[in-house]
This record gives sequence, structure tokens and C-alpha cells, in this order.
Amino acid sequence: MLDLRLYMLQRITALLMAPLVLVHLIIMIYAIQGGLSTAEILGRTQGSLIWFLFYGTFIIAAAIHSAIGLRTIAFEWIGIKGPLLTVFMLAVGLTLFLLGARAVWAVTYA
Amino acid sequence: MSSNTIAVTVHRGSGTSKELRTETFDVPAYDNQTVLDVVSWIQQHADPTLSYRFACRVGMCGSCAMMVNGVPRWTCRTHISKVLLDNTVEIAPLRNLPVIKDLAVDMDPFFDKWVAAEGVHHTAVTRDDPIREIDTSGESRQQADAGIECINCSVCFAACDTVAGNADYLGPAALQRAWTLLNDTKDDGREKILAAVSGKGGCHNCHSMGSCTVYCPNELDPMSAIAGLKRETMKQFFGGRKSTATKQGQGDA
Amino acid sequence: MGGYLRMKALARSHPLWLAYILHRVSGLLLALFLPVHFWVLSMAITNPQGLDTLLLLTDSVAVKLAEFGLVFLLAVHMFGGLRVMALEWLPWTGSQKTLIALVSAVSFFIATLFFLRAV
Repeated sequence: MLDLRLYMLQRITALLMAPLVLVHLIIMIYAIQGGLSTAEILGRTQGSLIWFLFYGTFIIAAAIHSAIGLRTIAFEWIGIKGPLLTVFMLAVGLTLFLLGARAVWAVTYA
Repeated sequence: MSSNTIAVTVHRGSGTSKELRTETFDVPAYDNQTVLDVVSWIQQHADPTLSYRFACRVGMCGSCAMMVNGVPRWTCRTHISKVLLDNTVEIAPLRNLPVIKDLAVDMDPFFDKWVAAEGVHHTAVTRDDPIREIDTSGESRQQADAGIECINCSVCFAACDTVAGNADYLGPAALQRAWTLLNDTKDDGREKILAAVSGKGGCHNCHSMGSCTVYCPNELDPMSAIAGLKRETMKQFFGGRKSTATKQGQGDA
Repeated sequence: MGGYLRMKALARSHPLWLAYILHRVSGLLLALFLPVHFWVLSMAITNPQGLDTLLLLTDSVAVKLAEFGLVFLLAVHMFGGLRVMALEWLPWTGSQKTLIALVSAVSFFIATLFFLRAV
């Protein structure tokens, strides 16, 4: 039960994330060379405005995109509907945003 | 004689229970036998109480669609030899519609959605106005010409998993009708149609899984028609008076 | 009604439906993985030693395989999504789009595998 607004939001966040996902995949391949460590990750990201904006945008888009996607699945496969469905979507989006924001903060400015 | 008979398992519904009960019939095999012939043989020679629906028997009326081995098909144009698995076949009422009795489903939800998608004629001219010219070679007209071949058989509606999971969803046939009218120079319902297909049960629910297009017996392409609606509603979303102007431009041409 | 379920399954055996279910399941799994991913990264402030212990695990084969799975899910969901948007928005024929999606997905995986082996 997607209306036009949710559909547009889902597509816009998708388009926004496409290049971010590509960069993320490249970083993953690059970063796992010789194993991962906290120091290595922080060395790359700590205090960096660019990575803060990159991951900040990423988690906002991902939270919205996941919330709308899970909403559709909850409706079609589980049968959740009405106000409960909206609450579910908002809860998913907000939870992912808060957890994501905390993680971005942890690896950049904390 | 067993090789000359087909084991036909019929899934029979009733108005009172959601469960279908199965019954298997041995039906004599003939050359050039359709699925509808097989069902008719059962009704005429084995169980006169078997309810099913058909009319024209030549693929025009769209009333004989059933699930045949899990696939929605027009039974009058489906040769039994094409669908037999080890000389057996399973026939069930169309999916996604309430069963009235045996193989006959209630088509009301299907046609109600047809109307809900604004699949009705929107006229702006009277008998005193001149008849609008149709540019038969135009892209718009070709889209409309394809869509009007729909026979309302509900095969696409039965094939679609989104319809199965979403009671509000208008479904492929109704949305394709909306797309057809949107492309028809003689129809003036653009605003109404776009509003109807942008709502809760509208075209944006479609996940492009393509079962409508794969199973349409007339080889129409509802999935692409729905994609067309998505594009038009998006143009409108981005403040497009432009698309309206294009349609009128085509009408004048 | 096992027989009826078997029958229903048949109506889905075509590439577009498989692409749809792949996109949905990969998206669902990614959404379920995200909270874990975020929580582990947050350990950089809450529990740096714990994070290092977890990151050491990434050297094991099992975790490497899980990582490969996640890369696969992410890539397949992204290309599946681009495929959907191409299908909806671009006036190409269906077979052209399927071909393009297939070619880009396959070449991407070959490139990724090559890259993973090279490093």
C-alpha cells in the first residue's frame, strides 16, 4: 500500500544511495586487506567532516528506505495495516536512524 | 484404457468455506481437447452439479479463466496436451477472487477495481461537437490500441502476488485500462485517472514482478502499462503541467 | 492443500518474479543486518577492546563467508533496484533491460571476485 509520496521517497533515497553503496563496497574491499582493527577504522574516519557527511547521508537514506521497504513487507506478508502499520514504519525508521547516528558519531567525532 | 484417459483433479470451492475440496475424475482423452472441453466433459458425464463459467469458447469473452496446474489460463484456448503432467492435470478456481461454487469465482472485486481505477469513459464533447481526430500512427494511440485488446479475463489479477498480499491494490487489468484511457485522445479524464492511480491501492504498489505480462493470454503487457502510469504520476509530482500540454498537443495534431 | 501450494508455486517460475523475490529477500536481510552493523560500530566509543575482539573474528573463514554474503546482498539489492528503476522509467524493451541488468550484475561480480582475490 504505497502511495505516490512513499514511492517517490523510496526511489529518491534509492538513487541517493546507489553511489554511496558503490563507494561503501569499494572501501570494504580496500579495508579488509590485512584484517580489520578499531584503530584502522578510526584512523580513516575520526575527525573527518567528509566521512561524517558521507555516512550521515547514508544512514538517513538507509533508515528511510528500510522503513518504507519493511512497511510494504509487513503489510503484504504479515497483514499489519492501518495506524499500526504507520507506527511500525516510523519505529523502524527512527530506530535505524538513532542506532546509525550513534555509530557515525562513534567513528567520526566522539 | 488408462492411457486413453486423463486424471483430472478438480479443486472445488464452496461459498461457505475457504477450503477447497479435491475430487479426481477420469476423463477420456481426445485429439484437440481443450481444458474447457475436459471440464465440460466432467459436468456432462460425471457430475452434473459441477459449476464453472464459460461463454464464447473462442478466447473473446474472458469468462472461462481457471488455475490450471497452478497457472492462470484461458481454458477455452488452452490445449490439454500442453498442460498435462504424467497424464494428470489439476484445475482450480481463479486465485485472488472469492469462490462462489466449484470453479466459478465472484468477479465483482475485479470489476469494482476496474471502475475504482477510473476505467470508465470520460467525455468532454457532446453530440454537437465534431468527432475528435485520431492520429493512428502516434505513440500514444499505439499504447491505447494495445491496451484495448484486454478481454477482462482476470488471468493477470490471479497471477499477481501483490494482489494476493494487498487487498486494496487495483491490480494489473484495471491499471492497464487506466493507462489505455490516459493515452486515448477521446478520453478527457486525465486528472481523475492520475488521482485514482496515485492512491492507496494505486500503481505505486506494483513491484514489477511481471506475472501479469508473462501470463496474459492476449500477450498484452500490463506491467509496462503500470510503469507508464508511474512515469505520468511522477511527472505530475514534479509539478508537470508539461505532460498535460503534451497530451493536448497530441489531440490537436 | 499441499497439492494446491505446489500448483501455486508454478505460476512464479519466470525471471522477473525471481528478480522480485531476490530484491525483496535481500532488502529484508539487509534491514535486519543494519542494527547489528550500527551497534558493533558504536562499540568504538562504548567498548573499543570488544570491537577489536570482534574485528579479529573477521579473519576466520566463517565470518569471511558471512561478509561475502553481505557484499552479495548489498550488490544484488543495489543492482536489482537500479533494474527496477530502469524498468519503470526508461523507455527500453523488457529484454534489453533484463540483459543490461544481467550483464552489469555478472561483470560486477567477476570484478569483485577478481578484486577480492587480488588483495
